Formats: sequence, C-alpha cells, structure tokens
Amino acid sequence: MYVAAKGGEEAIAAAHTWLAEARRGDRSLPALTTQQIAEQLALAVARVMSEGSLYDTDLAALAVKQARGDLIEAIFLIRAYRTTLPRLGSSRPIDTGAMICERRVSATFKDIPGGQVLGPTFDYTHRLVDFALAAGDEAAAAKIADTAPQTRARVSDHLGREGLLRDEPRSDDTPPDLTRTPLELPADRPLRLQALARADEGFLLGLAYSTQRGYGRTHAFVGELRIGTVQVAVDIPELGFSIDFAEIVVTECETVNQFTGSRKEPPQFTRGYGLVMARNERKSISMSLVDRALQWRELGEDNVGAPAQDAEFVLLHSDNIQATGFLEHIKLPHYVDFQAELQLIRRLRREALAEQEAAE
Amino acid sequence: MTRAEWMGLLARSTPEALAAQVAALGEMQTHSWLRAPEAGSVMVQGRTGGVGAPFNLGEVTATRCALRLADGSEGHAFVQGRSREHATQAALIDALMQGDRSDEVRAKVLDPLAAEEAARRDTIARKAEATRVNFETLVRGEDA
Repeated sequence: MYVAAKGGEEAIAAAHTWLAEARRGDRSLPALTTQQIAEQLALAVARVMSEGSLYDTDLAALAVKQARGDLIEAIFLIRAYRTTLPRLGSSRPIDTGAMICERRVSATFKDIPGGQVLGPTFDYTHRLVDFALAAGDEAAAAKIADTAPQTRARVSDHLGREGLLRDEPRSDDTPPDLTRTPLELPADRPLRLQALARADEGFLLGLAYSTQRGYGRTHAFVGELRIGTVQVAVDIPELGFSIDFAEIVVTECETVNQFTGSRKEPPQFTRGYGLVMARNERKSISMSLVDRALQWRELGEDNVGAPAQDAEFVLLHSDNIQATGFLEHIKLPHYVDFQAELQLIRRLRREALAEQEAAE
Repeated sequence: MTRAEWMGLLARSTPEALAAQVAALGEMQTHSWLRAPEAGSVMVQGRTGGVGAPFNLGEVTATRCALRLADGSEGHAFVQGRSREHATQAALIDALMQGDRSDEVRAKVLDPLAAEEAARRDTIARKAEATRVNFETLVRGEDA
C-alpha cells in the first residue's frame, strides 16, 4: 500500500545544489558571462525572447544560462518573470516597411527595388563542421559598402499596386490580447497571429511542413522575408505625444499563395503572414504558412480536415509552456491518485479471477 | 530636435552610453520624484500583412519616471529596458533641456548619442548592402 508522506525537503535542497554545480560545469574552465551568451549564442537568446514573448536581451541571456541551455526552460523563466511586470502601455503598430534591414530576400521577384540582400545568413554555406572555429579562429570582419539605402520598399506594396494580391484592409481596431483574456474560439486573425507569434518554433515548423506535404496545401512562395530593426512608438499621455522609445529586431515573412477568385472578384494571390520578435526566419516562414492555412474560412476554401486548418488544434497546442507544464507534471508525485488506481485494478482482478474459478 | 525626438533618443540609447555622456555635464542638481522609476512592459503591436489590422506581437521591457529639478523644471523618461538608472538619467537630461543649459546639454549629450545611433544604423545598412546580389544576365548564344 502507498501512503502520502512528507520528507522531500532535504532531497530537494540537495538536488538543487547539485543542479547549481552542474550548471557551472568544470570549474577549471572560465564561467560564461550573460554578455557572451547574448553576443555569441544570439539565436538561442532570440528564440527565448520570441517564445517568452518578452523582448529583453539581457534577461533572455540570463535565462539561457540559468536553464543550462534548455531553451524551453529558459522560455518558462521569461514567461514567469513577465507576469511580474506591470503593463505600462501598448505601442502603436510597428512599421516594418521602415525597417533597417540586415536581410531582405524574395523568392518570387528577382529584381525587387532595393535588391536581394542576403545578410548574415546560413544559406549557401556548405553545412560542414568548421574545425577552425574549435581551434579558436577569429572570423574576418564583415564587408561594408560605401553607401546604402536606409530602408527598402516592401515587396507586397509592389505587387499590391497591380491588384494581384489580396488586400489587407487597414484598421485601427484594438486587438484582442490573450495575455489578458484567455484565448477563446473562434479566434479572429489578430488573435491567431498573437498566438502564433509566441508559439513553439518546432510545432509551427511541423505544421507548416505538413501543409507542404499535402495536408491542407496552400502553394506558398516566400514573397518576402526581412530581418532588421524597427522603432517602437508609445504614447506618453501626460505630454500629449508619442516617442520611439525602443528599437527591436523582428523577422517578417510574407508568403504569396495560390489565388482565389469569385464571381465578384477577379483571381488574385492570397497571403500568409509571419512576424516574430528577434531573429528567427524558420519560425516566421512557418508562421506565415500556418496563418495562411488557418484562413480557409475567410477565403471560402474547403476544410479538408488537415491539422493546420484546425484553429482549435493549432492554437491550443502551440504554446510550449502550456504544453510542457501539463506534460511534465505527470512525472511529479501522484501517489494518492495512483493508489486509487491500484486499489481499483486489484479489485477488478479479484473479481475476474473469482468469476473464472466459478465458471470452472 | 523636438522633445519627442530627444526623449526617444535617450530611451533607445544603452544605459552605458547615456551614462558616459551625462558624466561630461559634471555634478547634477538634486531632484525630487514626480513618479519614481517603475519597470514594466509595453505590448508591441504589429499589423496583419504588415499593413492591415493591428495584432499583439509580444512585449518589450520599459522603465518610466518623472522628476523635478531644484529650479522647478520637469523631466520625463520612458526608456527601453529595466534600468532605473537609465530612466533617471534620461529624465534629468529631459529636465535640463527645459532650462538655460539646453545648448550645452544638446552638444554634450544629445548630439553624440544621435551620431552614435546614426552610425550604428548606417553600418547595418552598409553591411547589408555589401551582401546584395548583383545578378549577371548570361547572354545566350543564339542572341549573339
């Protein structure tokens, strides 16, 4: 028989002391600083900011260090910290057209105004492990052009002018906020995009890939992918004006998808949208494919039963902190619950054996 | 530079860069708080398709405060990040810009910070430009 008991305090304290020692690793090696993590593991820090849904490089770097590089654990730390912060306001919508791009490519138009700008990309590398890095090779400095445009026009503006691309009606409605009001279905597109922007990269990648393989295919091309810094403006009510109080890096992807048309509208391309805080183009491309798949109802398409079309399935399973919280809780003590299960199965077995003996 | 522009500039600078410039002004007047520094977050909005309806993207940390100098001028700050020191120094500069030291403050603090920011942005744009693809159109034999 199992009995609920106290007595874990000392074991827990010892476990956490060992955790701290293990986190530090071999003490003959120098300890990592959070600045080193922010600078040299920048994309890990970027993922923690995006899925932690809080843009603060120092904080995210510290979380990565504290979590020993377990990024979902680091995201958990950031989400918990976020809940302690008072909300000082809401920004004006950022203008990604005014982005100072470090990267901007289009897979659909070769000759876009502003050009194809590769930026510091892994694309076209040979994906060979670089042993020179292990030997302490210091990289060469980046090339610098003599002059450069500060901003580069959006590809969709270019295509939209011809009416080939479905319009995105501009509005200034106050969007729903799932951090204030629990997500409810049906979810409109702004609410879906908020959920996707903080969703797990891997989950979105899998869903997006499933649409490419035929589960709700949308024939996506990357119309534009851009990474760079944007200004964030907030109103200062006491002073009666707004200021650009922050500069953040975002990754934006816009897909151009197979067209729709109707008796009223001539055929036109549709669009999927991905916008992610910090640098993460894999996630932003995935987000735009999933966003496009979820638009089946607005676009009058058939629901073919694909996972990526199912808003409830996507939105209620995309948050890795909700998911890991529920998943990992099953490893914590369930002695009393399990004791009830044990009693039940013993009784059922007794009854089954008794029936068997009676029949013989 | 308008007040909104210098407040933004002070807000976006790093705490270290601002502190380095403020040091050049020498000893600061004493101040009293109208609103003590408070760290929190701002919800950042994007737009569907970059141009459509607003949606909530995620939050960014911010710290705000307001103070009054001994001479009565008021300074406000709303800065990126969690540094109370950063917010305090930004508000001090904003207050000094209301008074008769504004030319000096502009020259010693705002202009250098603006130059740093412009240089940082220009460097990103020029590094990006150096990675721009220059397509070469290959001439096909039959066209020759």
